[in-house]
Amino acid sequence: MKRPSDYYQRDVSRHPPSFAPGYKTSVARSPGLALISLEQSQGDITGPVFGHNDLGPLDNDLLRNFATSGDPVGERILLHGRVLDEDARPVPHTLVEIWQANASGRYRHRKDTYLGALDPNFGGCGRTLTDETGYYAFRTVKPGAYPWRNHINNWRPAHIHVSVFGRAFSQRLITQLYFEGDPLIPLCPIVQTIPDPDAIDALVARLDMNATVPLDMIAWRFDIVLRGRRSTMFENRKEGN
Amino acid sequence: MDRLGYLRQTPSQTAGPYVHIGLAPGAAGFRMYDRELGWDIAGPNAAGERIRVEGLVIDGTGSPIKDVMLEAWQANAAGHFAHPEGGGAVEDGFRGWGRVITDFETGEWGFDTVKPGPVAWRDGRMQAPHIALWIVARGINFGLNTRMYFEDEAKANAADPVLNMIEWENRRPTLIAKRQMRDGKPVYRFDIRIQGTGETVFFDI
Repeated sequence: MKRPSDYYQRDVSRHPPSFAPGYKTSVARSPGLALISLEQSQGDITGPVFGHNDLGPLDNDLLRNFATSGDPVGERILLHGRVLDEDARPVPHTLVEIWQANASGRYRHRKDTYLGALDPNFGGCGRTLTDETGYYAFRTVKPGAYPWRNHINNWRPAHIHVSVFGRAFSQRLITQLYFEGDPLIPLCPIVQTIPDPDAIDALVARLDMNATVPLDMIAWRFDIVLRGRRSTMFENRKEGN
Repeated sequence: MDRLGYLRQTPSQTAGPYVHIGLAPGAAGFRMYDRELGWDIAGPNAAGERIRVEGLVIDGTGSPIKDVMLEAWQANAAGHFAHPEGGGAVEDGFRGWGRVITDFETGEWGFDTVKPGPVAWRDGRMQAPHIALWIVARGINFGLNTRMYFEDEAKANAADPVLNMIEWENRRPTLIAKRQMRDGKPVYRFDIRIQGTGETVFFDI
């Protein structure tokens, strides 16, 4: 039996270390011992598969998926991009989920007590499947910055949390995207857990004037790159491996 | 893009304290989706022993992490994953994937599923039955991968290629859940220690 091909190794230089003391909460929540390296087996090159039956028609429209008395307050945005792998191949039909604060920087969460007002028409989460080309899109509002207790005067830059599955559990990723030009980005201890400035730059969504909807909403583009997959030498590539 | 033309991986960031808004909005305190994903791992038709798994995720101070989220990924009782490369058919409704959140007051979590069957390792040897777990939370910059094995599979565990790869034999039991019976149903206890004495083995996969 042909052994399935592995996904490329994690590029540890791109990711934040577990222990990043500038982000205080990581201090007690990071393993003290080294991770044990494991070759991939079947459970790592497989992962959950989702379909359109899992989703509702408004799931990717945060302007409408919680609204009852009108649109949410805030800057209307289109957030879109592609999910690709390291070989620049699209990752089709994969689940992308997002969550965010509202325009006041307030989360709809029973544990969030920030002064910023809740918006009765904004839930703050959405989900969608990429199409055949790996493309995804959400309508939402631009989230506000908010303060948090790390150092006493830390503010999170405006950000949207993103969860992506890919085709395999070893591609599973949760991250956050930021907005180009936000002066809080370089000040944020969570952003700065990432040692490589180029990797931080990859989390910054770009203003995309070609995708804005004139007189309606501004577009931001955010492409996501998951681990690629090896092709087995001497075997054909029909399976797209 | 690097000099060989590869794109570079998008970096991870912590899931933060409000991960539930996106991935389990009911727990965050509001109704969003008709169907939240990941609450039924095995479905009604799956063969095999019905089990419950419970535990805590404990930080380096010894305190439970109350805002953690886990994802489980497992084979069915026949050792097949619900995926095109999963090794064979699975029962209708079996997804083998679940989302697990804690009680916000206590940090206790639990999920119901079926006990997975053995799956082959890369060289054809059989691995002991296990459930893969992925752990994210505020303060966890990069999702942590671990595996939960079953106490009552002592013989299979002793031959498991992954457990045997762990050089420190005294760390292997951190991956083995304790079995007890409750109301006639097996309940496995699996506490995960992120840091310090008895630190759970985490994998770089």
